[in-house]
Amino acid sequence: MSEDIIATIKENVIQGRKTQEDIGIDERLEGTPGVVELTQQALERNISPQVIITEGLTAGMQVVGEKYSTKEYFIPDMLASAEAVGAAMDILKPILESSNVETKGKFAIATVKGDIHDIGKNIVAILLKGAGYEVHDLGTDIPTEKVVDFVREEKPEYLGLSALLTTTMTEMGVVMKTLEENKLRSSVKVLIGGAAVSEEFAHEIDADAYCVDAFQAIKVLEEFEIAKA
Amino acid sequence: MPRKGILVDRPYERLTREQVELIHQASMQILTNPGLISFNREAVDILHSHGAEVETITGDHQSWQVKIPEKLVLKALDSAPKTVKLGARNPDNALIMHGDEPRVYLITGSETNIWLDVDFPTYVNKTDHSKEIRVPEFKPRRGTVDDLCKSAHVCEHLETVDGYIRTVNIQDRDITEENKDVNKFFASLNNNTKHFMSGLTSLKQLNNVVRMAELIAGGKKELEDNPIISFITCLVKSPLQFVEDTTDTFIEVCRRGLPVAVSSSPQAGTTAPIKESGIMAQINAEVLAGITLGQLVKPGTPVLYGSVPVRARMDTLGDSYGSVETSQYNIDCVQMARFYSLPNYSTSGVCDSKIPGQQSSIERLFSDIVVAMSGPQYLHCAFGLLDCNSVFCLLQAVLDDAHFKLLEFFLRQPRIDQPELEAMLKQIREVVATPQKLYISYIRPLLRSGEISGLYPFEGNGETDDVFEIAYEQMKELLAKPVEHIDQETSARIFEEIPGILPRLNIYESRS
Repeated sequence: MSEDIIATIKENVIQGRKTQEDIGIDERLEGTPGVVELTQQALERNISPQVIITEGLTAGMQVVGEKYSTKEYFIPDMLASAEAVGAAMDILKPILESSNVETKGKFAIATVKGDIHDIGKNIVAILLKGAGYEVHDLGTDIPTEKVVDFVREEKPEYLGLSALLTTTMTEMGVVMKTLEENKLRSSVKVLIGGAAVSEEFAHEIDADAYCVDAFQAIKVLEEFEIAKA
Repeated sequence: MPRKGILVDRPYERLTREQVELIHQASMQILTNPGLISFNREAVDILHSHGAEVETITGDHQSWQVKIPEKLVLKALDSAPKTVKLGARNPDNALIMHGDEPRVYLITGSETNIWLDVDFPTYVNKTDHSKEIRVPEFKPRRGTVDDLCKSAHVCEHLETVDGYIRTVNIQDRDITEENKDVNKFFASLNNNTKHFMSGLTSLKQLNNVVRMAELIAGGKKELEDNPIISFITCLVKSPLQFVEDTTDTFIEVCRRGLPVAVSSSPQAGTTAPIKESGIMAQINAEVLAGITLGQLVKPGTPVLYGSVPVRARMDTLGDSYGSVETSQYNIDCVQMARFYSLPNYSTSGVCDSKIPGQQSSIERLFSDIVVAMSGPQYLHCAFGLLDCNSVFCLLQAVLDDAHFKLLEFFLRQPRIDQPELEAMLKQIREVVATPQKLYISYIRPLLRSGEISGLYPFEGNGETDDVFEIAYEQMKELLAKPVEHIDQETSARIFEEIPGILPRLNIYESRS
């Protein structure tokens, strides 16, 4: 019985159905429970959050990733699945915390001061949440002090900075410098992205990684995890 | 259900109504002064018996000056059907063309002598041997009946191809003037279930190809109801001359009541005036002369107003299909045909470029877009054609299919109505209220419904241009995909009754 509901969670992640209102890809599923309802049902049946995450949510995202790489799925499909997983993680988070189960890590993300562009940043936030990270989206046009304060107080393992414009990308360097001045640089891995920046620029400002898109961000974070272990 | 084609909602027009009428009037004047020179006696007799003025011209070749009065033309325009059905082996591939409706069907063709093979040899960098690239190499050779089978086969699977005009002239050693027609008809019809239009090499073969079509369609009456074949005849050679042999063919096709495209192909600068008004007045007169003759032979014969105007190249005085004026003339002709409420056979996509590449893409896309926007019903859009009408490349045909998919999408009618806008207002309000303010989740229901145009299918992964290689792979896949051949029993009857078809085309015999 528990296998059935976990398999259904996985299928609904693949379908990108967060709730029962969502259509997904297979129209026949319309009106049936989505990932949110199924996660609640699974908890009511005393299925452990770890099983829900590994065999349902993560296994589903694995299939979604494969379908994306073969061009069967597109970014909107990935986002729908990631949003469904993110919503399930919101339900599971209090239980995981009370049982001292760690998430993959705390990730703060912001578009730097002077820049209000956020499409890429939002996509990264959704996908990282779907990949199991605890994402804190600070928003757009975020002053350096606010970013640095967050790093000091909330101690995220990762910080993502985004800039679309060549005129605002220099703010990333300011953030890096301020982190250094406040002796916080070594506490956080900094990933940068956005249309204006590049691998070379990341190197120039001493960021830990440049990510061309959200998928690369996930890959980079996995590499950090492996290196840490 | 016939094929849908592309219904152009608001067709692009270059000419005002007044300009269209001026061209019509000029054409009427041309038909009486100077009229047409006819090298065909029967055409002269038919036109003369209905009131055309005829004068014998002295010279080496027997010919007559024929002056066609306006009332004869107007009567013919009245009797010519305003709706023409072109049937197909698969009835779902039939084409229904209304002269007043700008529904565009995309058609292959036309016959080229050269078939262009493609290969991808690898080249190694002289200084760094680890670096290598694959470069497409094009090898021209004479077309064969096997090539025609391949072309018909692939065009069967190209989604945007609505009808088939053979793309390559068959020049095998065992093909003669006597057996060419039956072989080109059989090779095309056996590998393609869409409508097939062709010219005739020898009038003597007309009965054989019509009989072949009857056998495939299921009988004489069935062929009338579902004319799976039609003909194209260039009975008028520019300027203003009825040609002896093609006019014979045209008259015989009309007698059988089969659909026929009356085509004229003047070259602006040499066989027609270089100025737009001049070539338009002349080509219109030439096509109307053909239509008039056809309607006098058999009133009600389904005809297409066929126009293949082209501008001369100034460097060689050859055809320049890639020139901008060629597209302008074609668009004008579409308007003239619509003025008469006759379905139009038009031309686009023929390019001057000799091989696939940037020049060919730019030339063909330009004319395909602008001419298709004018709404011709039967658009001979030159899938795979290169070097004007000389070369056919199957790879280019596959590339063309991809850009026609984009064009098809572009010409869709906009959906802007009250319910749609109300749904959008709701969507906008919902999204603006969310923290992320993204409309992405609304894309998903449309992703697989065909409402969002696809990516260019031959896009490569890296910074190299992989278009040709990817298209080539698709071409091979299409060749490997089976087609619905003529059934064994009908095929056997065809081989029994129709003389001259090459035994190697009998797929049932060669399999057993």
